[in-house]
Amino acid sequence: MTVWVAIGLTAVGCYLVKLLGLAVPAGVLERPVLRRLAVLLPVALLAALTAVQTFGTEHGSLALDARAGGLAAAGVALLLRAPFLVVIAAAVAVTAVLRVLGG
Amino acid sequence: MNASAIPAPDEAPEAPPSANPAAPATGVTSPPETAPPDDRKVVRDSLGVGVAVGLSGFAFGVTASGAGLSVAQTCALSLLVFTGASQFALVGALAAGGNPLTAAAGAFFLGVRNAFYGLRLGQLLRVPWRVRPLAAHWIIDETAAVALAQDNRRAARLGFTVTGAAVYLLWNLTTLLGALGAGALGDPRAWGLDAAGPAVFLALLGPMLRTSAERATAVLAVLLAMALLPVLPAGLPVLLAALAAPTVLLLDGLRSRSKEARRGGRGTRRTGDGRRTGEERRTGEGER
Repeated sequence: MTVWVAIGLTAVGCYLVKLLGLAVPAGVLERPVLRRLAVLLPVALLAALTAVQTFGTEHGSLALDARAGGLAAAGVALLLRAPFLVVIAAAVAVTAVLRVLGG
Repeated sequence: MNASAIPAPDEAPEAPPSANPAAPATGVTSPPETAPPDDRKVVRDSLGVGVAVGLSGFAFGVTASGAGLSVAQTCALSLLVFTGASQFALVGALAAGGNPLTAAAGAFFLGVRNAFYGLRLGQLLRVPWRVRPLAAHWIIDETAAVALAQDNRRAARLGFTVTGAAVYLLWNLTTLLGALGAGALGDPRAWGLDAAGPAVFLALLGPMLRTSAERATAVLAVLLAMALLPVLPAGLPVLLAALAAPTVLLLDGLRSRSKEARRGGRGTRRTGDGRRTGEERRTGEGER
């Protein structure tokens, strides 16, 4: 049930923020500070999400496991300008192989 | 970056290079008789973006399923939220045991930039009042990128509509396939699928790291999230790490202000220098 609550809140929030841009008169959101914040906010969130989901555990502690190897592979694929799906596949494959090797 | 490398509906906002050559920077309008080939090109570019993005819906379906969401919940997200990074963030936060409010807040903040696309698209497309509630749902990185790359309203409207339709259809279809396929796989961890989520975030983040301010924000956010993870409930470390953005913005503002003050004090010969850096900064922003 809580999952549906989260889905509903996210859907409504994300939709309203899209509609807001279309509906407000030009100039209201055009302040340079707000525009720069809109660029940097996703950067901060994506960086934090990457770190938390790579090194975080279910018990709220930090761990270095197969996922870190997978992420390193994804990073290399990104540097080689691989397509999006190849980047994800590299992370998944390397993580799976490391798990098998680690027993 | 080529169109095939464009991932989920939250990739960096620039247009794929294939969408650019037809839009001369000089603003030269095409003669009327060349309009149909132009239309075909807009449609072709839009469909290319749609296919590439749609495919990554499969990764979302698998990830959401691995995080414990039902097929219905996974599909509801793609149908109703329809902005990739927010969907991945919500699913990840729920999987980590975060409460629904903090999970939704993180997803919401990732979606805030769509408001800025909407603002620019509103001026460009002049969307009629009745269509606005529908058009708003399709405002994502890719539709904004394709529409804003066109040099006239007609082409921009066509690009927005075709890209929106293609991405929406394929993103939802592949989400369903991914969710169903993941169920047949069994334990997603054994297949390394728990690495798909963070890899998606990294792939979305990579192209955004162009300026030193962006890199500083990313590093600070990682440090904040890692430091807070062991001491705060799930979901909160990511939300608080978002404070890296205003922090870097503030420090950047203070630094450039003190630099300008120093330049101003040295006399009029330096003002030309200061103006040039100002222009460079503006051009850099325009690229995004």
